[in-house]
Amino acid sequence: MRAYTRASAWTVGTFLALVAVMLTSATIGPVDIPLDRVALAALDAFAVPSAATFYVTSVVFPAIGDVPWLAVDLAYTSPLDFAVPDQQQLIVGEIRLPRIVLGAVVGAALAVAGTVMQGFFRNPMADPSIIGVSSGAAVGAVTAIAFPLLLPFGIQVSAFAGALVAAFGVYLLATDGGRTPVATLLLAGVAVQTFLGAITSYVIVHSGDSIREAMYWLMGHLHLANWADVELTLPIVVVGSIVLLAYARDLNVLLAGEEDAHTLGVEVERTKQVLLAVSSVVTAAAVSVAGVIGFVGLIVPHVMRLLVGPDHRILLPTSAFAGGAFLVAADTFARAGPAELPVGIVTAFVGAPFFLYLLRNREVHAL
Amino acid sequence: MTLDVRDVDVELGGTQILDAVSAAVGDGRLVGVVGPNGAGKSTLLRAMNGVVEPVAGSVLVDDEAVHELPSKAASRRIASVPQDTSLGFEFTVRETVEMGRHAHVPRFGSDPDPEAVERAMERAEVAQFADREVTSLSGGEKQRVLLARALAQQAPVLLLDEPTASLDVNHQVRTLELVRGLADDADRAVVAAIHDLDLAARYCDELVLVADGRVLDSGRPEDVLTPEQVREAFDARVAVGTDPATGDPTVTPLPDTEGDLAERVHVLGGGDAATPILRELADAGATVTVGPVSEGSLDHETATRFGFEAVTVPPFSTPDDAAVSRARDLVGAADAVVVAGDAVSWGANETLRDAADAAVVVGDAGPRTVAGARVELVSLVDALAALDVEPEPFAVADGGNVADD
Repeated sequence: MRAYTRASAWTVGTFLALVAVMLTSATIGPVDIPLDRVALAALDAFAVPSAATFYVTSVVFPAIGDVPWLAVDLAYTSPLDFAVPDQQQLIVGEIRLPRIVLGAVVGAALAVAGTVMQGFFRNPMADPSIIGVSSGAAVGAVTAIAFPLLLPFGIQVSAFAGALVAAFGVYLLATDGGRTPVATLLLAGVAVQTFLGAITSYVIVHSGDSIREAMYWLMGHLHLANWADVELTLPIVVVGSIVLLAYARDLNVLLAGEEDAHTLGVEVERTKQVLLAVSSVVTAAAVSVAGVIGFVGLIVPHVMRLLVGPDHRILLPTSAFAGGAFLVAADTFARAGPAELPVGIVTAFVGAPFFLYLLRNREVHAL
Repeated sequence: MTLDVRDVDVELGGTQILDAVSAAVGDGRLVGVVGPNGAGKSTLLRAMNGVVEPVAGSVLVDDEAVHELPSKAASRRIASVPQDTSLGFEFTVRETVEMGRHAHVPRFGSDPDPEAVERAMERAEVAQFADREVTSLSGGEKQRVLLARALAQQAPVLLLDEPTASLDVNHQVRTLELVRGLADDADRAVVAAIHDLDLAARYCDELVLVADGRVLDSGRPEDVLTPEQVREAFDARVAVGTDPATGDPTVTPLPDTEGDLAERVHVLGGGDAATPILRELADAGATVTVGPVSEGSLDHETATRFGFEAVTVPPFSTPDDAAVSRARDLVGAADAVVVAGDAVSWGANETLRDAADAAVVVGDAGPRTVAGARVELVSLVDALAALDVEPEPFAVADGGNVADD
């Protein structure tokens, strides 16, 4: 019970920190809006789906033609209506909040996936892209940007598909006879990342006028965020995180090594498949809307492990909220300056020295 | 509850590690798996707990095949204490022991036996540092944490891989006392791979001697640990004796300085006079027979340890005709006879000496410290070698000097 109380306290604490960071971030921008006004505007912007319309559309696949596709339109209603000036409501609800919420979702996704990967690989240097997810997404996105005719599904879908194809490819390469040794997976991931990096570079070199857009995507960005991105990403990240949380105890046991885990009653290979698949989907959802944002998935799990210990039942939810808070804060820096920066630059610029600080203080060895 | 290993073959990476291994462990039994490094002890345990799939044969827990059970069900029947585990992440002792409950706790829900973790920690004597991080514990304490984790599994079969490896004497005994107690608890069968033969003999009800992936012998420790079998399994010279304090077999490894003395030598002793001679002859590699000697005397004990054939007579009695006649046969078969100087006049020794083609008398009245004896007896070997070349009827040495012509 003691552990349970501790887990609840940390989880609620980091969640409140995330909310505080998000609200504070929403006050910052070209127009100053006080915190109380922001809070009311955010409550006004809070909306729940009230109706869903399903309809059949079609997607054009090259060489296949039109493929029917089931689509859904959701209607939202806002249950709350506080008196906030229209202009401020517009700035908070339609400009700042989508970006902040997306930042929180992406940060949480990367941190959760990073936590799972570090536990899975029993290696504190693992991050969400270790099995090629980000590299795959980069190839998909950059190709869709440079050669839209080749991949006519839009940047996000191409990135998402590229991420999953890369992760699945690495898994297949590292699997033999139903067993996937972690060391092989790690090496296959490194090799595939290098290979996909070459493809990305090649595409960029030949991307002509779209080189700037491609580079911007690669550095990680949230400036194009809108509610539609949130609608796509949030459900995947929430559902995926809940599934991973359900496997938190298995992940703890896996830390003792696969043979031990087996004798303790974990179906090792099946658990590894679930963890890999779900964390890859979560990472892909984040990367496909925000590009490659480094260091969140590496740093946040580290820091949280130092704070709350290695138990994934606490580590996963707290990392999620802390990851969200960290990325929102970094993105606030990215957009608050005189010129908009890709947020990936900020996370790496802040993250790398912080990581080195940890390393110098010998805290990393404790992981 | 019984664990039954039947004709198990295991291959790892195309190499056969276990070859038709069978073993059975019943309730309340502690069975030790002994054998040299690389013999397949760990692999046998890994085949028992389902980590390694045998290519042939089966492992049954109460007639259920372990390898066909889902790992959750298997881990409720068999708990394992690994030799070493990557307890690198800083879990507390309690969190680590809780992992033993994994197979009992539903994915969404709480432990049906909330006291199980505490009980396991009490039993393995780790409750006092329940909230400390495992990485801060000593080797012996870590070992007991892993034992507590296995106990939390509440499985009727417990496997331990080298539970005493890298522990000091105190922790070795403490751990094995604990394990012995666990086996004595009702309904638990315990198997432990143990590299220390003395400890294995002392704590186990039965031993399984494994060498080269095969079971060389299994049964009571005193039956399994004979000098011949230990020598075959370990390819090492050992002396097997009985621990006077506990009555269990003790195995003493001997330096591998065995000479190539091909002779068959009979030693005439009686009480303790021949003991240094026997040791020296064993080192020299001779085939040795002894007797008559008193039962239970040091000479008899030493001869048994080295596996030498000995003619014995009851304590405090002189050899009867049968014993003398058997000894005479051995003397006749020997290339040389060595008489311990102190024992020349004991029993029928003088008669037997006279019956020999060649004899050496050693150590008459000389100081018989080990070091002193050794100095004499090195030259004894030389003397014997010389005897072989040019047989001399009598070569008498006294005062520590061996005449060699």
